[in-house]
Amino acid sequence: MGLTKNSTGIMSVDTGFVVTKNHETDKIIALAGNPNVGKSTVFNSLTGLKQHTGNWPGKTVTNAFGTCKHNDKDYILVDIPGTYSLMAHSKEEEVARDFICFGNADKIIVVCDATCLERNLNLVLQTVEIKNNVIVCVNLMDEAKRKKIDVNLEKLQQLLGVPVVGTDASKGKGLKELLDLVENTETKPVTVRYVKPIEDALLEITKLLKTKIKDTDLNLRWIGLKLLDCNHELISCISKYVGYDLEADYDFKKIRENLADNGYYGQKLTDTIVSCIVLTAEDICNEAVVFNNKKYTSFDRKIDRILTSRITGVPVMLLLLGVVLWITIVGANYVSDYLSLALFWLEDRLVDFFSFINAPKMLYEIIVYGVYRVLAWVVSVMLPPMAIFFPLFTLLEDLGYLPRIAFNLDKTFRKCNACGKQALTMCMGFGCNAAGVVGCRIIDSPRERLIAMITNSFVPCNGRFPTLISIITMFLVFSVTGTVQSFFGATLVTLFILFGIMMTFFTSFVLSKTMLKGEVSAFTLELPPYRKPKIGRIIFTSIIDRTLFVLGRAIVVAAPAGLVIWVLANVSVGGTSLLLYCSNFLDPFARLLGLDGVILLAFILGFPANEIVIPIIIMAYMSTGTLVGITDLSVLRDLLITNGWTWVTAISTMLFSLMHWPCSTTLMTIKKETGSIKWTVLSAIVPTLCGIVVCTLFNLLVLLIL
Amino acid sequence: MHNLYTLKDLDIDDVGYVSSLIAGDDIRRRLLDMGLVEGTKVMCVLKSPSGDPVAYNIRGAVVALRNADSEKILLKYNM
Repeated sequence: MGLTKNSTGIMSVDTGFVVTKNHETDKIIALAGNPNVGKSTVFNSLTGLKQHTGNWPGKTVTNAFGTCKHNDKDYILVDIPGTYSLMAHSKEEEVARDFICFGNADKIIVVCDATCLERNLNLVLQTVEIKNNVIVCVNLMDEAKRKKIDVNLEKLQQLLGVPVVGTDASKGKGLKELLDLVENTETKPVTVRYVKPIEDALLEITKLLKTKIKDTDLNLRWIGLKLLDCNHELISCISKYVGYDLEADYDFKKIRENLADNGYYGQKLTDTIVSCIVLTAEDICNEAVVFNNKKYTSFDRKIDRILTSRITGVPVMLLLLGVVLWITIVGANYVSDYLSLALFWLEDRLVDFFSFINAPKMLYEIIVYGVYRVLAWVVSVMLPPMAIFFPLFTLLEDLGYLPRIAFNLDKTFRKCNACGKQALTMCMGFGCNAAGVVGCRIIDSPRERLIAMITNSFVPCNGRFPTLISIITMFLVFSVTGTVQSFFGATLVTLFILFGIMMTFFTSFVLSKTMLKGEVSAFTLELPPYRKPKIGRIIFTSIIDRTLFVLGRAIVVAAPAGLVIWVLANVSVGGTSLLLYCSNFLDPFARLLGLDGVILLAFILGFPANEIVIPIIIMAYMSTGTLVGITDLSVLRDLLITNGWTWVTAISTMLFSLMHWPCSTTLMTIKKETGSIKWTVLSAIVPTLCGIVVCTLFNLLVLLIL
Repeated sequence: MHNLYTLKDLDIDDVGYVSSLIAGDDIRRRLLDMGLVEGTKVMCVLKSPSGDPVAYNIRGAVVALRNADSEKILLKYNM
């Protein structure tokens, strides 16, 4: 989920996995594990970083880095994306496997979920097959205890032959012990036994490898296994890594052919290898884990039956969205009022101050009416809904609700020839479209992933839905007050978001029938157990985090935009201000969409960050009028009406805000993720075209009816 | 009654044992990674509003599969 400043905006762009040490003595520790086992929590607790955590599989999609100190030694930690397997059938698995195989980690910690150890051991066994430097961290021990699952760690350590430590990372339990083990070098990992013909071939091939490869930290038995399994891409990587061309060697081919003569080749060979690993995991689990309460999941299933049933599933989903938006609107109204009072009081004081020191009028007008005012608008109007929505959404995420949304909506996505996991990436889009685009990596099929990326901006991101909220509050629900107002407001925002979702379905469908034709691919989605969120921490960190993020961006983006607007409005050529030139130029086209030149100009200037669109509109209108101070939203409403706004303008602006080019960061991310100009351009064209068409149609319809 | 049916035929709370996979490469690997090897016990736990996908308890984890995929997993009544 893109809900921290490290995972939204420009920070969401992946940096690859080149790990450089600060000192020669630094040790690199890689954190591997199944998706959603609390890996990021372990990582955060160790490093003190705020890598985003949440209760759904696939949240960490890039390698994250952090450092920590233990017993006066420095460690660099790498959080690898969660995978079920290292057989590399998706992008994340490839990243994980390559880092484990060819990365320069000194230790690999495989984090496991104590409540679901058997499936997790599959990955542990695959990892110890590759390298000898593995530590197993059994996380969520407290949750297992609550569910009366008894994990015998000593037994587990004895069976696996590698150090095992139990932790509960969210409470910081066991982490010290975990770091103590990093210095422990003794491991005698268990060997997965395969069926006899494969074992015979492995014995032979390992003997050969010993003579050909002198020095490597990869287990020769594993290289042998991969040679038998015939994964060309991986073998050529291994060849490069060990400095010996394995593929050209005829000896290996002969052993492989012998095995094939015994009936083990292709699918049967691969299936047998996987089965042996899974069954070994099952045996180990049977010995080390006791389930004292067989019905430990029954409570989760009761909740699930409400959240996903035929009758209540979809209504509950809509209700939750509505409630979240309602709380956002009500809360934002309060905060907004106080903030704008305070900030515009401060504006007057700034003016007083500048006149007191006799600053040149031109200078302080630029600073106060240009830069400061846009900042003030961003902070007072846009920030409150952003800062309130975030923790609410994080709450749903931590509970584990988001995968249920994907579960409920998968059929609709499949009808559009897309993947249900697109629902998860859309949820991320609510936080930040750039993060949503990166999140699309959880979708395995490249075709479906592209569809999800191109359509992601139909979900109004955190910088855009305050636009919807403020227009709705100022304009559409102005005649009613109090609870009725916020109720109507929330309903309208929900409807707009639903419209965006419908457009997502529609464009996904059109794309899958035209440029991205293809069959639906396989779909597996894990529904994690519900977990109790740490409410206090969520509220605190996400509000602080969001506030800092918005403030930072306001300074970088909104302040220069304020400067530009002020200059445009105050520099005149032939008696007409530049602003008027620009808006007059855009006006005829904008009118077609039910907007005006100023609004369209604001959307263009808002390309770096959508939250400055409304502030720019206000600024531009104010610069042409004589209005001085604005104390509340009703004055703003009057300002808009004076400038020719009607409810049609309001709705058109909202529609265009929902559907226009994605912000610069999102487009950069799409370019980075797809590596293709074509898809990046298409990602800008598709929503823009939809916006133009929908706005034009809407205005035609209004003309016809009225 | 013949002794072979598919995962798709399971109703909520029904249990079956994997007999074999007839799925193609792509999904096959994914299912195997989830631990669906021969003899694995599977229980149907949850159906989505439209009845597709359906979630199953596989080796302690709840995993949702589409009917189009689950009908490629052959089951037997006993281990």
